[in-house]
Amino acid sequence: MEIIESVTQPPRSLVAEHFDDLEQQRSAAQLGMWVFLATEVLFFGGLFLSYTVFRSAYPRDFAAASRRTEVLIGGINTAILLFSSTLMALAVRAAELRNRKQLIWLLLGTAFFGIIFMVLKGVEYHKDWTDHLVPVFNFKWHEANSGHAQIFFWLYFAMTGLHAIHVTVGIFVMLILALLASFGKFTTGHYTPVEIAGLYWHFVDIVWIFLFPLLYLAGHR
Amino acid sequence: METTTHPPKLYWKTCGALMLLLASTWGIGYIDLGLFNLIVALAIAITKALLVALIFMHIKGSSRLLHLAATVGVIWLLIMFGLTLSDYSTRGWVPLNH
Repeated sequence: MEIIESVTQPPRSLVAEHFDDLEQQRSAAQLGMWVFLATEVLFFGGLFLSYTVFRSAYPRDFAAASRRTEVLIGGINTAILLFSSTLMALAVRAAELRNRKQLIWLLLGTAFFGIIFMVLKGVEYHKDWTDHLVPVFNFKWHEANSGHAQIFFWLYFAMTGLHAIHVTVGIFVMLILALLASFGKFTTGHYTPVEIAGLYWHFVDIVWIFLFPLLYLAGHR
Repeated sequence: METTTHPPKLYWKTCGALMLLLASTWGIGYIDLGLFNLIVALAIAITKALLVALIFMHIKGSSRLLHLAATVGVIWLLIMFGLTLSDYSTRGWVPLNH
């Protein structure tokens, strides 16, 4: 049986004293998250910019280096993140409709696919290490322009690494939200935390949408 | 009950569209189109990002203030790219006499 909370007005105690009502509080939280995401666009943007500058300077070496990445793992991971984003969108809907059981399962599902993403990332990094593709530590390049290939792999690790940190944070956020949801915290009509966390998770998905073609498919394979 | 979110069917359709776009960008990665590889890959990535932002992140149907907040990040990014690339792409145009 699905637990659907009775539809009542959310208690006044959920509204901080500097807000008139829950709706105003919710709009302020959404705006705050979007402003934070704008700073995140620029945070990742710096790395995308270095990538653009170096790729336009050394297009052939970037294409050659890109062919050494694990395109199968990268592609599967893209599908996994897209799918987990879909579950997240459904979780926000479940929270709004006050469907506690569905909300918990969808949040756990989102976190689960995030964990699968990180496990595959770990397998991929291990393979990169054994293939001697880690700059500074064990980089060995048998084709031309080792230095330029090393710049590609430096960017590869910086961009996927920064992204992986964001995914890790997202997984913990989803697990904490699932725990709080099990206490009925977000099924009272106040589901802003789920919505805000969803915006973050979708943003992390968007970053990967750009990383996949740029890092794994640069130049045809 | 009135909702601000979309029906589940729309989310699943969006998911399907995203998967199809992923398959096409992956497939095109194996065909040599020269410079068009990059252009097609970026066009597909932008389409996917727009789908996620408009549907999953509810930009479609949200307030103008949120439209503005969502756009400024991209505008600042374009300014950063514009200024930096106008420097890098024009180095060497004017010979320096040192």
